[in-house]
Amino acid sequence: MDLDFDSGAEEFRAEVREFLRANVPATPLPSMDTRAGFEAHRAWERTMAEARLSVVAWPAEFGGRDASLLEWVLFEEEYYAAGAPGRVSQNGIFLLAPTLFEHGSPEQLGRILPRMARGDDIWAQAWSEPEAGSDLAGIRSTARRTTGGWILDGQKTWSSRAAYADWAFGLFRSDPDAERHRGLTYVMFPLTADGVTVRPIPQLDGEPGFAELFLDSVFVPDRDVIGEPHNGWQVAMATSSNERGLSLRSPGRFTATARRLLDLWRETADPADTAARNAVVDCWIGAEAYRLATWGTVTRLAEGGKLGAESSVNKVFWSDLDIGLHETALDLLGAAAERSGPWTDGYLFSLAGPIYAGTNEIQRNIVAERLLGLPR
Amino acid sequence: MRFALAPEQRDFAGSLRKICETAGTPNIVRSWSGGDHRGGRGLIRQLAGAGALGLIVDERYGGFGATPVDLVVACVEFGRAAVPGPLVETAAVIPALLQALPDPAPAQRWLPALAEGTVLGTIGPAADQPALDADTAEVVLAVDGDRLSAAHRIGPIRSVDAARRLFSTAADETVAEGDGVRAAAAAAFDAGVLAVAAQTLGAGRALLDTSVSYVKQRRQFGKPIGQYQAVKHHLANVLIGLEMAEPLLYRAALSVAGDDPDIRARDVSAAKVACADAAYRAARTALQVHGAIGYTAEFDLSLWLTKVMALRTAWGTGDFHRGRVAAALRAERGAA
Repeated sequence: MDLDFDSGAEEFRAEVREFLRANVPATPLPSMDTRAGFEAHRAWERTMAEARLSVVAWPAEFGGRDASLLEWVLFEEEYYAAGAPGRVSQNGIFLLAPTLFEHGSPEQLGRILPRMARGDDIWAQAWSEPEAGSDLAGIRSTARRTTGGWILDGQKTWSSRAAYADWAFGLFRSDPDAERHRGLTYVMFPLTADGVTVRPIPQLDGEPGFAELFLDSVFVPDRDVIGEPHNGWQVAMATSSNERGLSLRSPGRFTATARRLLDLWRETADPADTAARNAVVDCWIGAEAYRLATWGTVTRLAEGGKLGAESSVNKVFWSDLDIGLHETALDLLGAAAERSGPWTDGYLFSLAGPIYAGTNEIQRNIVAERLLGLPR
Repeated sequence: MRFALAPEQRDFAGSLRKICETAGTPNIVRSWSGGDHRGGRGLIRQLAGAGALGLIVDERYGGFGATPVDLVVACVEFGRAAVPGPLVETAAVIPALLQALPDPAPAQRWLPALAEGTVLGTIGPAADQPALDADTAEVVLAVDGDRLSAAHRIGPIRSVDAARRLFSTAADETVAEGDGVRAAAAAAFDAGVLAVAAQTLGAGRALLDTSVSYVKQRRQFGKPIGQYQAVKHHLANVLIGLEMAEPLLYRAALSVAGDDPDIRARDVSAAKVACADAAYRAARTALQVHGAIGYTAEFDLSLWLTKVMALRTAWGTGDFHRGRVAAALRAERGAA
């Protein structure tokens, strides 16, 4: 057992660190949930793509550099440590792309991925519906067969990034007579298509981080269906364990936040305040635990294992940790915690963690039933 | 980078688990609590026969010269089975202490028999900890500042865990003296913290396993209580805590094998905090899901419950260890 990296991985890490040192904007970009901020983040994606660092784990033919999982985690550690901008392409890169790699046609991969890697197309999720939150199988929006494609009708909501994004992906009920988990089809559609209405929804922070989508007879050609029609549930499951597990919340994010929390503590707290000290230490321990658990997962996956229900363990853990990190910072700030700033922004964002990507109640059920074997 | 146990280490854990299961630890623990050590000594000799006690003892003293990771693997199994005895002291603390002394004579004198499991060792006070099982251990040591002595027991002191028989000690002949003792005692303390964290995690795992089997068969209102979401969520939280504590434990073992005493102290303390919290949650949850039967001393669950309650504060409280982590993190400024 060891935590030492070979020289190849260390070289890669050094290259990433150098790129970030030279290119990360000195002043933070405006929020990606504003029009100007969205375009600034798109430009940052292009800067990274030019160095072939926007999608390091992808095959070279699509803009990546075939980085191993281990190198990808190192990349993420460096990325967050450098305070680099949030990824406006996140939905596409971490949620849609893994699905395409597993279920997409060669034509889809060649058409979609290079544009995604360059930030030319920014993707929004269209999973949730007003009556189907964590219960994805309860989806009501429909896809109806027509010549050469499908007609979409219905409503999606809480669609992250949809206010300014170019395309969306999601599930639609294509066979109303089939059981709940069957008869769903995984579809991609442009947000500019005829019949699509986007209504941005301001979030707790006041910015339209997500939107409602109304679909009124939207035509989608067959080539924009991923996998077999009516098999969308299986296709989507590939994406969702990714979302909960490694990809979306890399440990670097929490390690970096814990580091900032330590700085805040050293600068502001009375060393004799053991309650503050203990809270900060617990946050650091949690971030370290998550980082080390990730190296364990990387080892297991490198040896041929698969990411399964344990991604639900991760999801509950990191979402609670993220809130804990920010709450502790706000406690250290005292009355200043009310003033807007990076810690309040981060705190508001962290509050969404136990809700999105499947609520933590759903995750705990998955842990209990699939990992502990408790009866359904 | 390979952050996982090797197949041989998993096999080793499996063989220790089998020895403990065959021995049937609950009866052994009850006898030990009453002062009858025969069953426990027999089990410990068997575990030593499988290599579990001399792991971090050098080959020249009759041990295996294995790594702290191997020590963790063994201690997790000691905790899982609630094996009684001064195992942390015999397998971790005294070997680390004696082997770090400038003079090899004390190591030569005691370690071969300790590695063999024919002789048990204990030490006190370590971190305000009275000497565990000084009524059966043949080697009783005491550290006071820069002096290491052979000692004899005074006592007893009752523990919340009846199987932990605690004693004060009084120093006799001096074994070693000077700054070397101080540094050796610091290394030995960290080895003890690592071993007890592992033991605690193992006990937590056992509590979760017992709770899971119980809630699958115990029925209320016409269905197994494990079908109720409230019960599921309690047990899911226990699993999450244990799963996330374990990597800290292995990393602490790597740090104990390394040569930076500040990193070593920081990481064993972090592991102790996380393992103690996770196992304590496992204990509280186990009692809750078992209901009143879990509150009885005659039901075996009680042996693990009281063990975890004792281990939670043994070898340093959570507050003490958080203070050590904090001191290391404050000192890191500028270095990072």
